[in-house]
Amino acid sequence: MMTEMLEPTAQSDPPTDTVLEVTGLDVDIRTPQGTVRVVSQVSFAARRGQTLALLGESGCGKSMTAKAIAGLLDPVASVAGGTAVLDGQDLNQMNPKQRRAVAGPGLGIVFQDALTALNPVYTIGTQLGEAFRIHRGASKKQAKAEAIDLMRRVGIPEPETRVNSYPHQFSGGMRQRILIAMAVALSPQLLIADEPTTALDVTVQAQIMLLLRKLRTEQQMAVVLITHDLAVVAEEADEVCVMYAGNVVEQGSVDKVFSHPTHPYTKGLLESVPTDAQRGEGLSSIPGSPPELTKIPAGCVYQDRCPLASAICRQERPLLRDTADGQRAACHFAEKVSAAKTDNDDANNVKEEIR
Amino acid sequence: MLTYLRKRIISSGLPLLVVIVGVFALARMTGNPAALYLPLNATEAMREDFAVRNGLDQPIWVQMAQYFGGILRLDFGESMRTGESAGAMALRAFPATLQLAGTTMALAIVLAVIVGSAAALKPNGILDRFSSFLSMTAASIPDFWLAIVGIWVFAITLGWVPTSGVVGMAAWVLPVATLVMRPFGTLVQVVRGAMVSSLSEPYIKLARAKGATQYRVVGAHALRNAAAPGLTVAGDLTVGLVNGAVVVETIFGWPGIGKLMIDSILQRDFAVLQACVLLTAVAIFVLNILIDIGYALLDPRVRPSAGARKRRKARVEHRGQQNGPKAPTTPTTTGSAATAVLDA
Repeated sequence: MMTEMLEPTAQSDPPTDTVLEVTGLDVDIRTPQGTVRVVSQVSFAARRGQTLALLGESGCGKSMTAKAIAGLLDPVASVAGGTAVLDGQDLNQMNPKQRRAVAGPGLGIVFQDALTALNPVYTIGTQLGEAFRIHRGASKKQAKAEAIDLMRRVGIPEPETRVNSYPHQFSGGMRQRILIAMAVALSPQLLIADEPTTALDVTVQAQIMLLLRKLRTEQQMAVVLITHDLAVVAEEADEVCVMYAGNVVEQGSVDKVFSHPTHPYTKGLLESVPTDAQRGEGLSSIPGSPPELTKIPAGCVYQDRCPLASAICRQERPLLRDTADGQRAACHFAEKVSAAKTDNDDANNVKEEIR
Repeated sequence: MLTYLRKRIISSGLPLLVVIVGVFALARMTGNPAALYLPLNATEAMREDFAVRNGLDQPIWVQMAQYFGGILRLDFGESMRTGESAGAMALRAFPATLQLAGTTMALAIVLAVIVGSAAALKPNGILDRFSSFLSMTAASIPDFWLAIVGIWVFAITLGWVPTSGVVGMAAWVLPVATLVMRPFGTLVQVVRGAMVSSLSEPYIKLARAKGATQYRVVGAHALRNAAAPGLTVAGDLTVGLVNGAVVVETIFGWPGIGKLMIDSILQRDFAVLQACVLLTAVAIFVLNILIDIGYALLDPRVRPSAGARKRRKARVEHRGQQNGPKAPTTPTTTGSAATAVLDA
């Protein structure tokens, strides 16, 4: 992967391959205590045939970002600014009808919990075929045939029989396959996978990730993968956006970010991964917890937990800036972070360790 | 499905049996049935004659057997007033009640689904508050008061509709309007609550993610899930209408079973009363079965595993074909054979 990145051909034409370009996205939530900004100035680009990971703890705004792009925000949340350009059109400027036209053929989304995401009272065939009925005006019979075809593509055994089954008659892994099948039904350019494996056990997780990778390659989709799992990012993603308290704190290619983190949060995350060298010692962790979104401090969002925090961090919020080739971080002391070696292990090896 | 139905019939059939035995016991516990059946001023000779004619001089178990035999033949004795068969009278009055209850419930359900769904779209919005006020009021108004006010305003003062009877469409307006209030008010609240929770489920987001229109999201995805709690309450309300339209039927002179019951009570026509009670009990029994069937149709998770059995069967055949000694069939053909089995 590293060598590919360095090849000039691979780097010369990424702009034409950009499927989704998010710029300065802000999302607000209205609460009884007032409006809270839960996603702030998020920018990234997802490219055809590649996976971009949004990485962060629960509540960091990664899911909210995905929902904002997909137009599925809850009524209390709304996009407050920025653009999300899919195939030349700004999703944030679309009216509901245009949105519906894009939902399916333009972008598909895979939800986290497949049991609650599937409608319990309709058969899998009905739900899988629905996209074809909505967007292609397919007859019931055609829709069912398409559903069977989809089930076969995502590896559900005996699709001809199972097409008439209901969601509760499937296992968790199978349900997730069905959700994925629904998301890719109309061959969207962009697939958003919102923690697709969190609700599954480990062996099934691997199968699901394999399936996503296979479909990404087959259909040449851009994938936005939302996860809190460092191992999944290391394994699956080409690029990563590390999010903290609604802000992107570091982004860049996974290889670079994971081998040379330039933000203290990324570094802290990577150091908290257990490694062989630490055997017998306690696990390292980042002290403290993320700020409440109603009480995000002025200055750097990470100041309360950062070992490098100083006066400037409390006054001025660091902007994302280039910290290395193809890598950006929002830290006043990015150079210091990348220069420092970790105590117990070589940071270069962290990525390998995760794998 | 049949096993499931059999189970449901047995479980709701037991209460029916209790009612039947209860009616028998009540007629004897309250004293000599002769005293119940015969007018107050009946002579001793008349009472004796009645006792012998109705087998009341027989041992209790013989009476019980005769009683059950009578029920099976729909023979509940004769009416004191008309001398007509009590069972026939009850059966003749029943359709009027069923029609009234059916019309009322159909109207209540349609209105409640529309108002309740609309209210659920924006919880605590203006429409929601208005419908909440409307449904609370509708559910709280006493029906006898509404009936009397209705007669006074629309039948007597304005003369738009008749005060009573069943002749013509206009005669239906006041009884239905009176009866519809409580089911409507109650159902609006139930539908609204079920729709609010159903609309906040992740599968609604999934439907939107597929580009489904608002109409499809609400009408197909949310409503179908909200239907089960609605059905439960609607069933209870229908039961209430079938045996509780007594007041409204009496006020509007509606010749249904409620009015017949009241008339029988007032005139000590015990045989007719007994027939009415048993018929109502049977109707409620049948209604409960229908509700159970409806429940299973609405929610596949409640449905018994007949589907699973079919699927297993299909799978076995599917495997059999694959492993069979004949030339191996392609997965597609075996698959469609399996589907054909399912469709058969």
